[in-house]
Amino acid sequence: MISGILIFNQKGENLIFRAYRTDCRPRLADVFRIQVISNPQVRSPILTLGSTTFSHVKHENIYLVAISKGNANAALVFEFLYRLIQLGKSYFGKFDEEAVKNNFVLDFGYPQNTETDTLKMYITTEGVKTERTMEDSSKITMQATGAISWRRADIKYRKNEAFVDVIEEVNLLMSATGTVLRADVNGQIVMRAYLSGTPECKFGLNDRLLLDGDSAAGPVGNVAGTKATKAAAGSVTLEDCQFHQCVKLGRFESDRVISFIPPDGEFDLMRYRATENVNLPFKVHAIVNEIGKSKVNFSISVRSNFASKLFATNVVIRIPTPLNTAKVTETTTQGRAKYEPEQNNIVWKINRFSGQQEHVLQAEADLTSMTTHKAWSRPPLSLNFSLLMFTASGLLVRYLKVFEKANYSSIRWVRYATRNGSYEIRF
Amino acid sequence: MASGGDAKLFARGKVTELRQELVNAGKKDKNHAAKKITLKKIVANMTMSNNDMITLFPDIVNCMSIQSLEIKKMCFLFLVNYARVKPEIALKALPVLLQDLDDSNPLIRALALRTISYIHVREFVEQTVGPLRRLTKDGDPYVRKTAAITIAKLYDHDRVLLEKTDLIDRLNSMMRDENPTVVSSALAALMDIWERSETIQLTIDYSTASKIVQILPDCSEWGQTYILEALMTYVPQSSSEASLLAERILPRLSHSNSSVVLTCVRVVIYLMNYIADDKLISSLCRKLSPPLVTLLAKGPEIQYLALRNAILVLQRRPDVLRNDVRVFFCKYNDPIYVKVTKLELIFMLASEHNIQKVLTELKEYATEIDVHFVRKAVRAIGKLAIKIESAAEDCIGCLLELVSTKVSYIVQEATVVIRNIFRKYPNRYESIISTLCENLDSLDEPEAKAAMIWIIGQYADRIDNSDVLLDDFLYAFHDEPVEVQLALLTATVKLFIQRPTKGQELVPKVLKWATEETDNPDLRDRGYMYWRLLSTDPAGAKAIVMGDKPVITAESERLDPVTLQEMCLNIGTLATVYLKPVQQVFRSVKPRKLHASPALQKQKIEAEVNTPSMQMPIPAINFKNTNGTSTDTAAAAADAYFQNVATRQLQEMNINGDGFGDSTMASTPGERQYVVNQHNPTQIYQPQVGPGNGDLLEL
Repeated sequence: MISGILIFNQKGENLIFRAYRTDCRPRLADVFRIQVISNPQVRSPILTLGSTTFSHVKHENIYLVAISKGNANAALVFEFLYRLIQLGKSYFGKFDEEAVKNNFVLDFGYPQNTETDTLKMYITTEGVKTERTMEDSSKITMQATGAISWRRADIKYRKNEAFVDVIEEVNLLMSATGTVLRADVNGQIVMRAYLSGTPECKFGLNDRLLLDGDSAAGPVGNVAGTKATKAAAGSVTLEDCQFHQCVKLGRFESDRVISFIPPDGEFDLMRYRATENVNLPFKVHAIVNEIGKSKVNFSISVRSNFASKLFATNVVIRIPTPLNTAKVTETTTQGRAKYEPEQNNIVWKINRFSGQQEHVLQAEADLTSMTTHKAWSRPPLSLNFSLLMFTASGLLVRYLKVFEKANYSSIRWVRYATRNGSYEIRF
Repeated sequence: MASGGDAKLFARGKVTELRQELVNAGKKDKNHAAKKITLKKIVANMTMSNNDMITLFPDIVNCMSIQSLEIKKMCFLFLVNYARVKPEIALKALPVLLQDLDDSNPLIRALALRTISYIHVREFVEQTVGPLRRLTKDGDPYVRKTAAITIAKLYDHDRVLLEKTDLIDRLNSMMRDENPTVVSSALAALMDIWERSETIQLTIDYSTASKIVQILPDCSEWGQTYILEALMTYVPQSSSEASLLAERILPRLSHSNSSVVLTCVRVVIYLMNYIADDKLISSLCRKLSPPLVTLLAKGPEIQYLALRNAILVLQRRPDVLRNDVRVFFCKYNDPIYVKVTKLELIFMLASEHNIQKVLTELKEYATEIDVHFVRKAVRAIGKLAIKIESAAEDCIGCLLELVSTKVSYIVQEATVVIRNIFRKYPNRYESIISTLCENLDSLDEPEAKAAMIWIIGQYADRIDNSDVLLDDFLYAFHDEPVEVQLALLTATVKLFIQRPTKGQELVPKVLKWATEETDNPDLRDRGYMYWRLLSTDPAGAKAIVMGDKPVITAESERLDPVTLQEMCLNIGTLATVYLKPVQQVFRSVKPRKLHASPALQKQKIEAEVNTPSMQMPIPAINFKNTNGTSTDTAAAAADAYFQNVATRQLQEMNINGDGFGDSTMASTPGERQYVVNQHNPTQIYQPQVGPGNGDLLEL
């Protein structure tokens, strides 16, 4: 398991060194610095030296390194490092060199608990007062080992509210000829729960419950039975979903109900993937002509493919230019375009892009002559955008029910947003 | 603690000042606020390896008895850090710790236990055993959980001492604890002990397995991982046991923690070995696929891991992932290690049905910036021509298009794969030789040169100026690496056999060089062999040298069955990143194998793992009736052997070689590194760039 956790800044200075096993010697910090940080050849997050493995993740301006001996569970190691980053973020707002300052709970290299909320109880900014200690700490230990380790028991709110955000990232890869090579959606449902007591939530989506693919219903659960309900028009097919640890996976598997006792505050309820019938919010048509060796002509048109009452914000289109571009002249029908020499890009920004519209950019790049002519590799052009009240997969939240002993009424809010994932168009 | 102002604590402190601060804090210090700040400074200095701090040890021991969790934590951190260096001072802290083990606050008990067991000093270990026995029965589950892991820690410190006590038995009985977290910690501890022990066997019977699967939903995500790992020690005794368990853990595949998902995949694939029902197997396979793909939405490191494991799963259970190759198409901004692995998967999943899509995609990759990646893409195109016969024509078209870019490394890579295509489909695509000959000058890598020379020799009678071309290469014969020299020797002989008039000047010259002016035994032996052959029996020589070559396949890159089987028992671990036998990367790790049981589907496994395509191609030797003597056959086989010798030699010489562009790559720093220590060289494993990455796209 994990022998030690190290945190370095970009210069290779060791900020935190926590050894969990005796085989994690201080000199390993130097080894990592020499082999990874100051080695420009490194192209992998994993390095094994003898029997010692360094697994690292870079975040902002720090390296988080896990040291392990033997054939450790790599998934666990990386997942833990990600959690460390998340934790850091939720503690300090931003997890970078300055913010690195705290201790996390790890025992003999076995991760124990990484739910932010629970840890906030352990690691408080003021010291624990002696008289409080008795009662409180037994509560803490109960929670740390209990079945619902992510939630405190005594939460109270005057106003019980739950916010659900459905956030989708659309990935697109379109070929130069305009065929869609790949289009899929990575969705995420974030919940902010401000609910008293121990509420049990049930959550329903318009998904088609078609995880099993075709005919063979398989011996697991009664999938075949629930299939009858899928017929409703406007349902979507989710390729796969993953849930926060609070969701009762057994129930989901058997009768497709998403039921859970939420942690307090914000958490990732579920993530899903959809590949069928993806609604692409933008269609891009790019014509790029290389005229001799001294000029490239761009004609890029972007069309929005969503209801006209909606509008996308912060639309940014990045159009790569050849490395030897000297000057670019451009005109647009909407927004502003600018050539950024350091990125080799024309950046075209449209702050507000309404539905059912088309905008065009015309540009001409003058090239300097080069002694060795190497073909331009033509990286794909990419799009950034965010679009509210739209889901590319068509997913909708059908209901969210909250059951609690106290039987209070709660207010539920749902928001939808679609953003770009890697939205790339080749030309 | 969260404030950004803590950064100033990282200033280098002076021991005397810090000691003053600690002592002066004295009575007026409310809530020990001043002491805490000082301690923070000390800990910060300690982390920066300011070893002066060690002189503060006695002062720190004095602070330990202060009843404040925060102060205790910092003092204990200090203690753990320096106890190894100053065991005699550390001993003074022992009474405080032992007292804390009896504290009424469970958090303090657990903290003390955790601290005491971190200290690798004999007295500490000995003194812990007594209280630890009591604490395994503590009323508070948090303390019991800590106690379970402490037992594994003590085992690490002193296994002889521990084996004399009943602690491991106690650990065993903790599996029956009512609290799921305690059970999962006990399991993690047992697995840890098992991994390091020669004597202790860990097997879980069905009822225990069933029980721990039942508490699975009530455990934290990490606890779930430990339980799933422990399930690998359970050996199903019947097919129905295995099926039932597999179905019960399936819901874990929807967990958001990727270690739960991958470990679950590992267990399911393991259990499949014991399941007789084919229908169930294929249903399980179908369920494994989506979660693996979903991991591609995680951070790049997890993506990489998932992809490496996908390569593994795909070889063992081809039904998994056989859906859509497009999910593996690269994004432009993927890190290079992700891209290269995706490329391998694309190659593996390519079939007659999707070849057009795949080729368009590969062609795109072949124009990217990263040289290593581009080469792999080109190589993949060539190998697809060999793998999928109906696509050969398209692949070659694609390669020619790439050759016309005149980018040196693309041309070289293409030359190598085209040579292989010629070997696979003789007398079909030779019309493209002229295109290749236009680019002779850009060849500077040995593998590409050898490939081009092979083509010239093999088709000497169709290339008008073959003698001139060959002579050009021969110009630098003495400076070439042996791989190229061998190719030159064979090609010259071939030229002579096919066009005696053109070759007669070159042959004696080259034979003389090869036999008299070299130190390399392989080159010399081959030279002599040709010499004798040509001088005794020219007709026989022709039959031998120009004889049929063994068939080449694209499947040779697969893992051998034993390794594959072992890797599947290690899904999600570091070894899967390297795709190498675990023992080769981590020498001291216990090997895992499939245990025999009445339910083990031996025959099926054999059949699945040893599919015909997985075996090494056996050279097909054609008996020729014209001069069908047995020596002739042997000679043909020998020739066949020599055809391969260069490549094979390379492979043997550096088993962990990256396969292509060896000479160029090996010269870059950080390529193949060895850290010399006193006893034996420590090998560096670094996927992608370095050796041992299990790259599949090599011939």
